[in-house]
Amino acid sequence: MASASAATQVLEVFRYSPEQDPEPHFQSYEVPFHDDWVVLDALNHIKDRMDWSLTHRWSCRMGVCGSCGMMVNGEAKLTCAAFLRDYYPKPIRVEPLTGFPVLRDLVINMDDFMEKLVQVKSWLIPKEPRELSQGEYRQSPAELARYKQFSMCINCMLCYAACPVYALHTDFIGPAAIALAQRYNLDSRDAGEQQRAEAIQADEGVWECTFVGECSKVCPKDVDPAGAIQQAKMAGAIDWYKALLPRGKG
Amino acid sequence: MREGYRRPIPATWWLQKRSYSLFMLREFTSVFVGGYAFFLLVLVSRAQDPASFASFYEALMSPLSIVLHVLALAMVLYHTVTWLNLTPKVVIVWRGEQKLAPFVIAGAHYLLWLVTSGAVVWLVLS
Ligand code: SF4
Ligand code: FES
Repeated sequence: MASASAATQVLEVFRYSPEQDPEPHFQSYEVPFHDDWVVLDALNHIKDRMDWSLTHRWSCRMGVCGSCGMMVNGEAKLTCAAFLRDYYPKPIRVEPLTGFPVLRDLVINMDDFMEKLVQVKSWLIPKEPRELSQGEYRQSPAELARYKQFSMCINCMLCYAACPVYALHTDFIGPAAIALAQRYNLDSRDAGEQQRAEAIQADEGVWECTFVGECSKVCPKDVDPAGAIQQAKMAGAIDWYKALLPRGKG
Repeated sequence: MREGYRRPIPATWWLQKRSYSLFMLREFTSVFVGGYAFFLLVLVSRAQDPASFASFYEALMSPLSIVLHVLALAMVLYHTVTWLNLTPKVVIVWRGEQKLAPFVIAGAHYLLWLVTSGAVVWLVLS
């Protein structure tokens, strides 16, 4: 491990500027190595001290906002949680999240993901409308436990970047959006499962998934989107069989 | 807003990461699972006619056939084990606020597999 403050580490950063170059390229920067620096610290150092033209997204620096996701040596990571010391002294290659179009340098276009969140109706569709005066929708700890894991998603899109199916077929609704649909489907206050089924039980929904399983491995919040997708497949299959039964509907 | 630059995906994407390669291997083993199921159907249909079965049996004893059988066994075992290991992701059993531990779900599937295999062996040998 490097001790002197003179130690440095090389970052090979993906650069793309639509006005200047039609093709992206890599640019190397030698940054100071600090034991407690994460890749995001190094990128901020480059931006502040070396090259103001570098463009990247970040906000919280603590694994909460989900905006600093990038490919670090080919792995989808939150750069605020990827320590330089885990790569030192080898160079670190930083690229924008795989599977998404690049707007500039490390910034991807996330419109597709935003649209998918709308398609799966990732919000609570209450069983019955209630007035404020009727009080809150109550829920037991056991009912909360059913969906809590899926509600931990921070929309960082690392799971999409790890998914080869999404990279090859961007129509695929994808891991996080399906996990979020399940989050509401499993909520005791929700009655939107049938409405969501239209998107998630479609060919581009759960059935596009071939269970590579990488989404769950890279998820920084242990959401297990791969599990959510398989469970949604199971629920869809059970519904399908039920509909075949004579008195089955519903 | 413009759509942005789409990076090309090489046809060899599945060679770039060990986990992707293992996934492709799992998918590939399906060929052997399906192929062997077909072989069993042929075997059963040939067995109906003792005359033609003799030559079929001889062909089965050839070195090539034995190599293929060993290969099929390895492929089907890989397929089965990787599949059974994934069952805890699919089957979730709640007891109050706790999920049943993954090894219990996988374990139950392994047990079922052993019992079924045992039953098949018993059926064939008796
Ligand atoms: S499921 Fe995990 S990896 Fe995917 S967006 Fe949510 S937090 Fe990120
Ligand atoms: S900066 Fe917010 S998650 Fe990394």
